[in-house]
Amino acid sequence: MIQIEHLFKTYSSAQSQHHALNDVSLTVNDGDAFGIIGESGAGKSTLVRCMNLLERPTSGKVIIDGKDVTNLSGKDLIELRRGIGMIFQNFSLFQQRTVLRNVMFPLELQHAPKGESETRARELLDMVGLADKAENYPVQLSGGQQQRVAIARALATKPSIMLCDEATSALDTMTTHAILDLLKSINKELGVTIVLITHSLAVADAICNRIAVIDAGRIVEQGSTHEVFEHPQAEVTRALLGMESQVLA
Amino acid sequence: MEWLQGFFAQYGALLAQGTWDTVVMTFVSTFFSYVLGIPIGVLVVVTAADGLRPHRAFNAVLGWIVNIGRSIPFIILLVALIPFTRWVVGTSLGVPGAIVPLVIAAAPFVARMVEQSLREVDPGLVEAAQSFGASTWQIVYKVFLKESLPSLIRGISITFITLFGYSAMAGTVGAGGLGDIAIRYGYQRYQNDVMFATIIILIILVQIVQSCGDLAARKLDKRNR
Repeated sequence: MIQIEHLFKTYSSAQSQHHALNDVSLTVNDGDAFGIIGESGAGKSTLVRCMNLLERPTSGKVIIDGKDVTNLSGKDLIELRRGIGMIFQNFSLFQQRTVLRNVMFPLELQHAPKGESETRARELLDMVGLADKAENYPVQLSGGQQQRVAIARALATKPSIMLCDEATSALDTMTTHAILDLLKSINKELGVTIVLITHSLAVADAICNRIAVIDAGRIVEQGSTHEVFEHPQAEVTRALLGMESQVLA
Repeated sequence: MEWLQGFFAQYGALLAQGTWDTVVMTFVSTFFSYVLGIPIGVLVVVTAADGLRPHRAFNAVLGWIVNIGRSIPFIILLVALIPFTRWVVGTSLGVPGAIVPLVIAAAPFVARMVEQSLREVDPGLVEAAQSFGASTWQIVYKVFLKESLPSLIRGISITFITLFGYSAMAGTVGAGGLGDIAIRYGYQRYQNDVMFATIIILIILVQIVQSCGDLAARKLDKRNR
């Protein structure tokens, strides 16, 4: 379970203060596929990065499985991050490593025995349908394939939570659906809690059971996906819905 | 033809020795300048304001040291370092005497090139590694150094070639090598044929090093399909 309590992230300069996050509170339950939706610059990237402390909040609390992790550092922080997988918009695969060695990377960091981690990595590659690409390099793969490798890599340490930062934004529609199906099965079958940030309602609709809408650093609406889509309360949500139906029509 | 045979009979051994000295001087000093330059370059990147372990004061001091090293003309450094060189290798003459100033001159240059190479690494990769729980040290050698390897290799050939030039200057203070031959025979005795021979040898050496460096960098770079 991820609990975010009164989170602020403020960037100060001499003249002004910018609140990237402005009193954000939300709860992600175990087994959720939780969508955080907003336009670019709304603060969703910052919010997700606070969950594994890639960004340090200015104030407020991040509580994971009942433990306040906001001020963790050193070994404890490393331990926390090993329990949280993450995938990125641009895949962030290591270009000088083979696909197999990319997936083994998180295990290598823990000095896991090489044989074991290779077995684990091959299982994961099999799961994402890329067993035959193990010895290839990322440059030889398509975008969708690269994101599959990134998903396998994020699962290497058997995390209970997976953070997805605009994971499908760089992909075409067909590939997006395939990746979302994969994430859905990881959520349903492996029971991994997924936090997905996206600017696309269609993406959130495809896999999320609950969503929160963020605008200018504030959560303006949250609830079950169905509820929010049927009865949008906030202006921003209506605007997003309106725009999307125009695009889809 | 006969002239060429005569020329080699007279100067062949001298030029071979000079070439060997130059290659040894350059090779050994390139090696040691990386031994010093890689840690400095890594520290500059790691302690920078946007680095993994920002440390303003340390970074500034390191930057000054590197800049001071880079702003002293080599020919002056060469002379200024003579007492230090004697203390380190026991002599300021010959190949060992040249290696010390060459390393001191090249290390800051190498540090800057290493810094450049590391800065080319996608920050997204560093962030990804952090998200998997990588320590600072693991990010340095598993992400920064590994991902920038092709660029580092290209830097090595640039350093090597720069040091060829520097080693010729070291020749003027008794280091031996091709530079020394060019000065003594070409400049002091007006023997242009010997001077041209040294130039041709240097051109060939530079070409070989550049080609090997390019080839190695290309072969090692997995971003090429």
